[in-house]
Amino acid sequence: MDWTALFLSIQLGLATLLILLPVGIITGRWLAYKQFFGKPLIQGLLALPLVLPPTVLGYYLLVAFSPARGLGLWLQETFDTTLVFNFQGLVLASILFNLPFAIEPMQRAFAAIPREIREAGACCGMNPVRILYKIELPLAWPGIAAAMILTFAHTLGEFGIVLMVGGNIPGETQTIAIAIYDRVQIFDQQGASVMSLSLLLFSILTISLTYWFSARSERKYF
Amino acid sequence: MNENISDPAVQVNLQQRHPIPLAVQLHCRSGELLALVGPSGSGKTTILRAIAGLYQVRQGHVVCQQEVWQDSATKLFLPTHRRQVGLVFQHYALFPHMTVLDNIQLALQAMPKAKRPHRALQLLQMVHLRGLENRYPNTLSGGQQQRVAVARALARQPRILLLDEPFSAVDQVTRRKLQRALISLKQSLAIPIILVTHDLEEAGLLAERMALLYRGEVLQTGSPEFIAAHPENATVARLMNQQNLFTAEVLEQHIRSQTTRLLWRGRELQAAYQPRFPVRQRCCWVIQSSSILLHRRDRPSRGERENPLHGEIVEYLESNGLANMLVQIDRQSSTSLVVNVPLHVARRNRLALHERIGISLLKQGIHLMPYQSLRRQD
Repeated sequence: MDWTALFLSIQLGLATLLILLPVGIITGRWLAYKQFFGKPLIQGLLALPLVLPPTVLGYYLLVAFSPARGLGLWLQETFDTTLVFNFQGLVLASILFNLPFAIEPMQRAFAAIPREIREAGACCGMNPVRILYKIELPLAWPGIAAAMILTFAHTLGEFGIVLMVGGNIPGETQTIAIAIYDRVQIFDQQGASVMSLSLLLFSILTISLTYWFSARSERKYF
Repeated sequence: MNENISDPAVQVNLQQRHPIPLAVQLHCRSGELLALVGPSGSGKTTILRAIAGLYQVRQGHVVCQQEVWQDSATKLFLPTHRRQVGLVFQHYALFPHMTVLDNIQLALQAMPKAKRPHRALQLLQMVHLRGLENRYPNTLSGGQQQRVAVARALARQPRILLLDEPFSAVDQVTRRKLQRALISLKQSLAIPIILVTHDLEEAGLLAERMALLYRGEVLQTGSPEFIAAHPENATVARLMNQQNLFTAEVLEQHIRSQTTRLLWRGRELQAAYQPRFPVRQRCCWVIQSSSILLHRRDRPSRGERENPLHGEIVEYLESNGLANMLVQIDRQSSTSLVVNVPLHVARRNRLALHERIGISLLKQGIHLMPYQSLRRQD
């Protein structure tokens, strides 16, 4: 078992979660309640990672952040930093790639709250922030939790985009999925199988948890 | 507004063309229940939402207990949470993740935390729900949920109580019970109450005044009985479910006998004197079935001389202690009138399908309105 790779994956997952939790809540809620011109386009863009091969997204990130030109060059010159082949770059790629997994379940969770219930909150004298944490979040939390689990699990399994943006640097960008690939390349069947099995069990656990949460949210109140 | 208003607690003026057309001017006094009645899509709920601040009408002026809630002239629009308003939603909108007590306590934010449970229990007592404070909304019956919603709406000590079809989601027996509860509650509240309903009977039972709405416009305001007997036009008469609605020609305005004579499908009718309708011009007229008198079969009775007519019962239905009949006066033009008599009267006179009967249209009950085409009946 390659513990360094596993810890790196977990670190990556947690960093992604930490950023996607507020982003997902704000964006999901906004998409659930607001009607505006161009909404389908925004939803389409957010869902793109679902259909796009991870390598394609990874390729464009690699091009965009290449220190040789454009944005990458600007980052290099202004902040003396780069987003390719390091952990920060991986986090950014992971966030972009996980946007639909975080936002869509949260959007559905917010959309499932009847408008009248939110309005009743306002009639009780609650301002929008209070309505958010007294009514919306408690009612949407199974959906939010499911989105977080899904995002975390998905981060552990990322391969194509990690390889494109981060490469394969142990301790910096070599996640568990890459480590498995690495082991197979050097014919370490046992190492590969132990890590694959752990990832498989973890995935089964998280997916079941996700379904349990969504069943709970549907059953409990409405 | 042409009525005598003594300090109306709430005054509402809403005008807009799009997206929902509205032309509404309303007021309601403290302790008064005003019913907004109209078919679906007439804008009743939108008006309620505009008063609560849940919907912003383009040109609006809403004043409640001397506090301006909306004034589009100065671009003032107070958000809902800053309007002291109690709203009972059609499906109650209780917070499903909170107990009954917490649902009510959430609306008691203006009160110190320590006092809230006591006040919430008092409110539950008021709606006769003590003992259910720790239950969740999905374990309550429809009637109980409605009462929790009423208690929650009153918790804020609202300046106005708004009820959006609060009886539509419960069965008939519960509805009667809740309506009685509202009547007794109203007596203890010194705030204006606005009730949205499409049920005329409910409006008649609960409201001192009603505003009849049609396509976003208030057609007539007044007591339910007054509007039913004196609709301003045929559209109002129809919306008030007046079935005896016809057109006629004015033959004569006779001031001395206080009579307006009409020509109705070859017959002459005498109506109460309504001089604003010119002679030889067409008009619409309506009569409530309570102003149609049945001639007794055994002996003549008072009122038989007023507009006597004879016809055949072509439809006969018994319901709610009344015999509802369609009486055909003229077979050729299939002219018929809806006549309702108490069931015991119908039985005593042995009324049945295809029987011939005599009826009188009481002169005072014939109400004239400006002419308009009545495609459905005429």
